[in-house]
Amino acid sequence: MAIDSVASDAAGPSAESVFGPARRRIGEKVIAVVLFCAAATSVVITIGIVISLAGETLAFFADKAVSVSGFLTGAQWTPLFSDPQFGIRPLVQGTLIITGIALVVAIPLGIGTAAFLSEYASPRLRSALKPILELLAGVPTVVFGYFALTFFTPSILKGLLGMDVSVFNGLAGGIIVGVLIVPTVASVAEDAMSAVPQSLREGAYGLGASRRQVTVRVVVPAALSGITAGIVLGASRAVGETMVVLIAAGQVPTTSLDPRGPMETMTAFIGATGKGDVPTGSTGYKAIFAVGFALFLMTLILNAISIRFVRRYRQVYE
Amino acid sequence: MTTRAESSRPVSEVLGVPPAAHKVRDRSFVLLLGALTSVALIVLAVLLIDTAIDGVPQLSLSFLTSFPSAFPAKAGIESAITGTLWLMGVVTFVIVPLGVASALYLEEFADNSRWWNRIIEVNIQNLAAVPSIVYGILGLAYIVRGPLSLGRTVLAGGLTLALVVLPVVIITGREALRAVPPSIKEGALALGATRWQAIWRQILPASIPGIATGVILSISRAIGETAPLILVGAATFVAFNPTGLDSPFTALPLQIFSWISQPNDEFRMLAAAAIIVLLVLLVLLNAVAIRLRNRYQQRW
Repeated sequence: MAIDSVASDAAGPSAESVFGPARRRIGEKVIAVVLFCAAATSVVITIGIVISLAGETLAFFADKAVSVSGFLTGAQWTPLFSDPQFGIRPLVQGTLIITGIALVVAIPLGIGTAAFLSEYASPRLRSALKPILELLAGVPTVVFGYFALTFFTPSILKGLLGMDVSVFNGLAGGIIVGVLIVPTVASVAEDAMSAVPQSLREGAYGLGASRRQVTVRVVVPAALSGITAGIVLGASRAVGETMVVLIAAGQVPTTSLDPRGPMETMTAFIGATGKGDVPTGSTGYKAIFAVGFALFLMTLILNAISIRFVRRYRQVYE
Repeated sequence: MTTRAESSRPVSEVLGVPPAAHKVRDRSFVLLLGALTSVALIVLAVLLIDTAIDGVPQLSLSFLTSFPSAFPAKAGIESAITGTLWLMGVVTFVIVPLGVASALYLEEFADNSRWWNRIIEVNIQNLAAVPSIVYGILGLAYIVRGPLSLGRTVLAGGLTLALVVLPVVIITGREALRAVPPSIKEGALALGATRWQAIWRQILPASIPGIATGVILSISRAIGETAPLILVGAATFVAFNPTGLDSPFTALPLQIFSWISQPNDEFRMLAAAAIIVLLVLLVLLNAVAIRLRNRYQQRW
């Protein structure tokens, strides 16, 4: 009661005259509901992805030409032939080889960049390098595809290194995808290294360690879960990368392990098949969804692993 | 006893090498890290130079104002540029309200102890990592064909791209909202403002530069996205400008891809020229974003 009377006695405009009548609170509820609906849209999108993929995938397996065991273990992928074979192994293998090559490139480059930025670079150098890395991350992947096909394969692999590679080859695709994911690996790894408490470094310096020893034996081990998260996230991007492999690695599903020859990844198959006007309901059309579903699951698992690792280093240091 | 024994070990044994040998190793280690860091930058530089060498000679006013053609000398990117602008219009129109509203809900309204709010949050994180070609499949199945059946139109392409970048808008929007100190909101609430009044008149205005930066960066990502458009766009030989949302379209990245796919070297040179136009567009957008960030970013 006392508080009420003080409020109404106070000079100046009342809360009501400034903010409008109190019944606008019904509006508040409406706004909250509207905003919730907006946020829930993202869940609807996910459900849409899963239903569209799973539905057509089921229809794909119901097709007479397809069997689940043949899909999982078959070594031939020829969906558009008159006698189609649907063994996903060549596509998965192509994806894994390209991702493997990409990681071989991106792990040293990404961790090296992260360590340099976090432990060695002056603030000025850092603020110059980081936007360039962002720029690298912002270059459309179709541009990297062009680069891999018209420069990297003919001038570097064939010209400079004298390798016997075909025009379309997995090696160029993998290496360029590797460069492409360096910013991803580096930025997550750098966040983790920067989150290592200064006291750990000072403790090591106090014992007479050099900066190199602090970096290699203190910072990197302490940031290992974050570094792993960056690598896994990079792998997930490499698995899902489409344009570079579609343009530069070729569209030949093969079980050959030789990266100097052409190979087809899951994403490249989806792109190459979806580009043509595949009739709705044909087995080829359904195959897009089956491969897409497998791709979706792979990236989902990799992403879940990455989130788990990130959470681990956050728990320890923050 | 054991601790004593350990602490009495000489430094060189604990750390490995005597200090004199450190210098050489330390030097070479810095050089190694510097070299590793510069590889990605060198690739970027070589990429830009190579594209410029191939593409700059092809650039001309008539290249910008001609339609694609079977003859390389006559081909241009007018329909690709207008198509890209139309797509970006649709993307902006969708992601700004949807992205900002989602970010507002998650930052200001969501009670994190409720399971549905946690699901929304984890879900957005996961959506951000879904490969863009999967959105292309979704667009093909639900937007081009299926329930919406919009056909291979500007609207279908724009909606699909909007889905691709929506998680980015939400995540950057949340960061912008979080950067506004709670004291601003608490002050407004203490003066008797309702929750929405505090948000609409205090928090949102203060976070607009951050939100706008996120939106621009998302649009610049959407501009370069090719994979989803391959599935929903497909019409790569479009010799006319879009006339509306229901019009077939091509776009810069699609046109680039279709020219790269030609075995003819002259078309590949055209692709390089179109890449330059695309990159210039991206640099301009990013410059605007960086300016916004530097100019209006408030330090609290």
